[in-house]
Amino acid sequence: MKKTPLNQTHRELGARMVDFGGWDMPVQYSGVINEHQAVREAAGLFDVSHMGEVEVSGANALAFIQQLTINDAAKLVDGQVQYSAMCYPEGGVVDDVTLYRFNESRYLFCVNASNTDKDFAWMQQVLAESAINDVTLTNRSDEFAQIALQGPKAEVVLSGLTDVALADLVYYHFCEGVVAGVEMIISRTGYTGEDGFELYLPASSAVEIWQALMAAGAPQGLLPIGLGARDTLRLEKGYALYGHELSKEISPLEAGIAWITKLDKDDFVGKAALVAQKAAGVPRRRVGLVMQERGIPREGYPVFAGDRQVGVITSGTMSPTLKVGVALALVDPDVAKADTDLEVAIRNRRMGGKVTRPPFVK
Amino acid sequence: MDFPEEFKYTEEHEWVMVEEEIAVIGISDFAQDALGDVVFVELPEVGAVLEAGKAFGVVESVKAVSDIYAPISGTVEEINEDLIEAPEIINTSPYVDGWMIKIRMTDAADADALMTSDQYQALIAEES
Repeated sequence: MKKTPLNQTHRELGARMVDFGGWDMPVQYSGVINEHQAVREAAGLFDVSHMGEVEVSGANALAFIQQLTINDAAKLVDGQVQYSAMCYPEGGVVDDVTLYRFNESRYLFCVNASNTDKDFAWMQQVLAESAINDVTLTNRSDEFAQIALQGPKAEVVLSGLTDVALADLVYYHFCEGVVAGVEMIISRTGYTGEDGFELYLPASSAVEIWQALMAAGAPQGLLPIGLGARDTLRLEKGYALYGHELSKEISPLEAGIAWITKLDKDDFVGKAALVAQKAAGVPRRRVGLVMQERGIPREGYPVFAGDRQVGVITSGTMSPTLKVGVALALVDPDVAKADTDLEVAIRNRRMGGKVTRPPFVK
Repeated sequence: MDFPEEFKYTEEHEWVMVEEEIAVIGISDFAQDALGDVVFVELPEVGAVLEAGKAFGVVESVKAVSDIYAPISGTVEEINEDLIEAPEIINTSPYVDGWMIKIRMTDAADADALMTSDQYQALIAEES
């Protein structure tokens, strides 16, 4: 199994480790609910070093990225981050990504861990099949460790370790700066719905930076956070996760990321299929469901409107904040309107759930 | 971790406390720890007939759904209603407040075949 530079640190903290897409990762330290609440109320520290990083450089970097991704990368300015995705020609999703613009000829993609090799191969293929030259792709995933510091106390914690003016660093922007003596990328982004940062640093500095952040955060109530709470935090906000809401079989128009699908920009891989799908009517819609009865919706459970199966749960959990079951589901478009009453088949019972536009937790 | 001497245990990590014809059933400290935060419990109705080895209920943690199996055959006499509102009791008190059901055993001798505390601890030492 693959290990991040913080593997031993997690073990010393007493983490429970699991195989996450081939990576030996912490699923919990003190308990999922406790960790979840720490991020909502104080701060949490996540090892996300398993995520992949691919650099795109060269004079035609932007032209290539416009061809590769569905969002409009021309809108980015230096130091800005964009949520985007790559699609196959048939319209399914290769991966969802964040894109960092350093300058007009240098960008960095952050991609999902278990998709890194697939994504890098896909980028090389799209480049080779295009008429675009003077673009260099570099898989830098092994060079970077990535640590996410998330929660309402994140800025207070980080400000004690850096001279960077964090108050001026606005959401979905980044800068390069020194934290605890180490040069790194400081990005005001995250996957929890809270304020916070994602730090991209040299893998060789991961342990010392983790320790520095843990020490700086302890007085603020910062806890280390595992993948269990990472999932409940993102689900309460309704964020898509590749392999669940997003896949080769699900288009971005179906998956609830139509807002990043810029069908009016110049040609990109998948555009024709997506334009056709939109014209014909998107066959399924990703919706949020809030359970009206006790019972936890889980991935794969069928969703019904009366006797008709209208879809399936793609992710579900008990919301630690709301203390009710919440889910994302892919359903027929005629039952996708907010406040529609649906039923989830949980084992041998049907339990009521209401279509609710995420975020479930504001 | 604690495994009371006076209880019997199963390979599926349930515990049983026998009081004449009645058996009180719950899940072990090892099981609750492995599950993590318990957020949902589904129990049978009073009067339900349980067959040894068959699932009689469900516990769900944040991440996972797990069946609970009947250690012995019998008829459900009482269920722990408190767990419906507060399933986390299973984490905080697996052997006392976190009991799940009481059954009237079909044959009280069935309990003798279950594992002792020592045997159970040897089993989980192997598993972990």
